[in-house]
Amino acid sequence: MAIDVRIPTILRSYTGGAKAVSGAGDNLAELLTNLDGSYPGLRGRLITPEGGLHRFVNIYVNDEDVRFLGSLDAKISDGDTVTILPAVAGGAFGLAAAAAVLGR
Amino acid sequence: MAVRAWARVGRLVAVLTIHREIIEAIVAHARRDHPDEACGVVAGPVGSDAPLRHIPMENAERSTTFYRFDSTEQLRVWREMDDRDEEPVVIYHSHTATEPYPSRTDVSYAGEPNAHYLLVSTRDEHTAEIRSFRIVDGQVSEEPVQLVDESMDPMRSIEKSGDPHAVQSFMFGQSPATVDYECQH
Ligand SMILES: [Zn+2]
Repeated sequence: MAIDVRIPTILRSYTGGAKAVSGAGDNLAELLTNLDGSYPGLRGRLITPEGGLHRFVNIYVNDEDVRFLGSLDAKISDGDTVTILPAVAGGAFGLAAAAAVLGR
Repeated sequence: MAVRAWARVGRLVAVLTIHREIIEAIVAHARRDHPDEACGVVAGPVGSDAPLRHIPMENAERSTTFYRFDSTEQLRVWREMDDRDEEPVVIYHSHTATEPYPSRTDVSYAGEPNAHYLLVSTRDEHTAEIRSFRIVDGQVSEEPVQLVDESMDPMRSIEKSGDPHAVQSFMFGQSPATVDYECQH
C-alpha cells in the first residue's frame, strides 16, 4: 500500500531534498508514524507534543484539508496523494494577542 | 528586456527586484481590503528570484489584525505554481494600523525559506509604506527593494484600468530604493 506524499521546501532537509516520498498507513496518524521511520524528525514538525496537528502546516488528502476530514484520523487509501504545505498566516500582533483577539 | 536586470541578482544577493506594476497592484489590493489585512503571492520561475505573476489571495480571517491564506485556495495556487515550475518568490500581506515590520506571529509562520516577505502598511491613507524581509529559521533580515520600471509612463495604469486604486503613492522603508529604468519602447 503506497501513498504519494508531497514535501514542502522547508521540510526537504528531512527527506534528503526529495520533493515527493512514499509512505503507508490507513489514516494520517499511521502514515506520519510510518514516514518518521524513514525520515526521522519529520513527524515532529507536523504534530505538536500534545499530539495535535501543528498550526503551522496544512496537510491535504488529495484535494481536501485534513482539518475537514478528522485531522489525524483522516482515512487514506492506496493511490491517494497527501500534500504538506506551510500554512501562510500572520498578523499585526504577537501570537498570544492574536489568539486572544480570535478567541483561540 | 527587463529580464536583464535579474541576471545580475543572484539567489544570495539580499535585494528584492520587482516590477513597478506589481508593486502598484499589491498596494491597490491592500487599499481595497483596508482596514482588513490583504495577502497574496508573486510567483516566478523556480530559482530565478524573479517575481512575475501576481496572485492576490483571500484573507480567510477577514481581520484587521490577522491574515491566513484559505487552505483550499492555497493548495490550488501551490499546485498551479508546481505545474508551471514556479515558486512563491514574494509572499505579501498588509498591516493596516501599524508599521510594515514582521510581527512575532509573522515570523513564527514564515515557512517558505526562498521567499521575500513583503509588508505593506496602509496606516497612512495617502502613502503606503513598503518593506521587504528574508525570514529564515526565525531570523529576520531587511533588504532593499529595487523597482524595475518597464513603461516609464506614470499615467498608464489609471488610464487603462480606471481603478482609483490603480496608482497609489508609496515609499520604501529602506533607502536607497533604486529605480532601474528598463524602457521597452
Ligand atoms: Zn503581519
